[in-house]
Amino acid sequence: MKASAVPVPGFATSADRAARGRALLTAAAALLALTTLLSLSVGPTGITLASLPRVLWAAFTGSDSAAIAREQLVLLDIRLPRTLLGAFVGALLAVAGAMMQGLFRNPLADPGLIGVSSGAALAAVATIALGNGLALPWVRTFGIYALPFAAFVGGLATTFALVAIAGRHGQLMIGTLLLAGIAIGALAGALSGLLAYVSDDRELRDLTLWSMGSLSGASWPKVIAVLPFVGVVAVAVPRLIRGLNGFLLGEAEAFHLGIDVEAAKRLAIAVTAGAVGAAVAVAGIVGFVGIVVPHVIRLIAGPDHRVVLPAGALLGAALVLVADVIARMLVRPAELPLGIVMAAIGAPVFLHLVLRRGVGGVE
Amino acid sequence: MLVALGVALGAITGATADAGTTVRDAGGRDVQITDGSRVLSIGGDVTEILYALGLESRVIAVDTTSQFPPEALKQKPNVGYMRALSTEGVLSVGASLILASERSGPPEVVKALKQTGVPYVEVPDGLSSRGVIEKVRFVASAMEATSEGEKLAQRLEEEFAALASRGAAIKRRLRVLFVLNVQNGRATVGGAGTSADAILELAGADNAAASVSGFKPIVDEALLEMMPDAIVTMRRSGSHDTDQLLAMRGVMGTLAGVAQRIVAMDGLYLLGFGPRTPAAALDLMRQLYPETSSANSGPAR
Repeated sequence: MKASAVPVPGFATSADRAARGRALLTAAAALLALTTLLSLSVGPTGITLASLPRVLWAAFTGSDSAAIAREQLVLLDIRLPRTLLGAFVGALLAVAGAMMQGLFRNPLADPGLIGVSSGAALAAVATIALGNGLALPWVRTFGIYALPFAAFVGGLATTFALVAIAGRHGQLMIGTLLLAGIAIGALAGALSGLLAYVSDDRELRDLTLWSMGSLSGASWPKVIAVLPFVGVVAVAVPRLIRGLNGFLLGEAEAFHLGIDVEAAKRLAIAVTAGAVGAAVAVAGIVGFVGIVVPHVIRLIAGPDHRVVLPAGALLGAALVLVADVIARMLVRPAELPLGIVMAAIGAPVFLHLVLRRGVGGVE
Repeated sequence: MLVALGVALGAITGATADAGTTVRDAGGRDVQITDGSRVLSIGGDVTEILYALGLESRVIAVDTTSQFPPEALKQKPNVGYMRALSTEGVLSVGASLILASERSGPPEVVKALKQTGVPYVEVPDGLSSRGVIEKVRFVASAMEATSEGEKLAQRLEEEFAALASRGAAIKRRLRVLFVLNVQNGRATVGGAGTSADAILELAGADNAAASVSGFKPIVDEALLEMMPDAIVTMRRSGSHDTDQLLAMRGVMGTLAGVAQRIVAMDGLYLLGFGPRTPAAALDLMRQLYPETSSANSGPAR
């Protein structure tokens, strides 16, 4: 930051912002590297990364020592998938949140607006509440992945329905999308409530736990299932930056800048639905990342999506990893739901930033 | 090589001491148990059975539902709520055997735990007199404590038999409603297939809520429709469920409300389906049918 820059935030010069953006990207990358190491090295068993060389050597030579087998299990089959999954979920949610705020030009927009979360939640509730009845064939077919898969399908189906409603005249009306999204969200909420009402005590407890999110069910199959969505987001984000930056000025202005507004909207929604659907499927409802992370970045470096999207991915991943380490260590050998930890650390940080710098960014 | 030596020695000495045992668990898996000296117990009923068998020194950790005996949760580390387990958390207690209720979860974690090399044994739920006795025998065989298990199972058989003969003397079976809790004036009742339904059956009562399944919140009017002669509820410290129940319009109109027949009992004692179940059922039977206890003058509780 140059001393000559105007000290009032939000009026920083573009050169100043670009410099801040670069610094932020570097810092976020470093933070993610650090939190990844932390997440791999900290757990209730007390096994650290110091055991890694031994584990790798044993895997290479085919040793069958029980102690090393245990270290191998913890590091490679529990913590590594958990860390990867946490990073993926954080990155997907933060990028999805940033895209939604850009698309709707509203700082409070989140993927719930396009129905993914409510649809996923409804499908998850249905799987839990009807698992012994109507949904039994589904549960039989997909086994332990019945819930994640149902959540994913439910999220995507809801978004698809919304897009069909808002885009029935060949053009996706953002206003209609927003209002129809609220209506469908309320409807899904009502159906979820109805299912919760008829479910028994244990099912209710499962529902509550699911809605607070967790990475404790992380496994390699889940990591592999999420990987394609990370790939899609990584490919799509560079193509969306120009469109989303154009939207900052307004939809008509974006059109006059020569942006294919329709294509940009549909791509942003499709990518968000896939990203959030996948994240919710593997980790349950993890709130806050999609709102807090993009805002923190906008407060520091301004609303340019060339910074907001990549830095959002890095910072979102780091935040989820930190929260997950706390979730698994604070009450070990038991574990706290991720959503609780996320809100407990995210909310004060966010509040601090808002109070200090004012809500800038999106406007 | 050491293993080979051990096997050879085992063959010579008759292979009983350290050969371990294999049990078929509630999930239908054959689990081989070699070392039952450090047990993680998941599920209130499982912990209660282990303590009743006198095996508490071999229990190294429990879950949060292991509320009885109270020292279990006070003295042993706990791995959290039985349906929110964490793979590494469970592994970190260093158990050589995991005895877990078949209701444990989440399913992904249970699946992962079954693949860790530590024997993971699913204990059946057993919501009946037969079920409790089988559960005791099952836990005892997994712990290679069959003689203790047999003793406890015998005692339970006798207690259940005494309970049944006392129950046979009941002239008119009461319709009893089990209320799990009352929230905003709405009662959650125990329907068919629940532990509450099973304990009412053992105590010689008909479940007034047999028309619903599971624990379900019901409206006032439906409660009236169920026509309970008495209501059984859970006793908690600082809770006024009994007063709340009596204040409900639906309850006021029933025989239970008019006669103020509300029995409050400890939840785990009543619904745990462990070694205390015959005593709990007897306790409940006595409170529901005071006339049977005066006839038999059994020991006071």
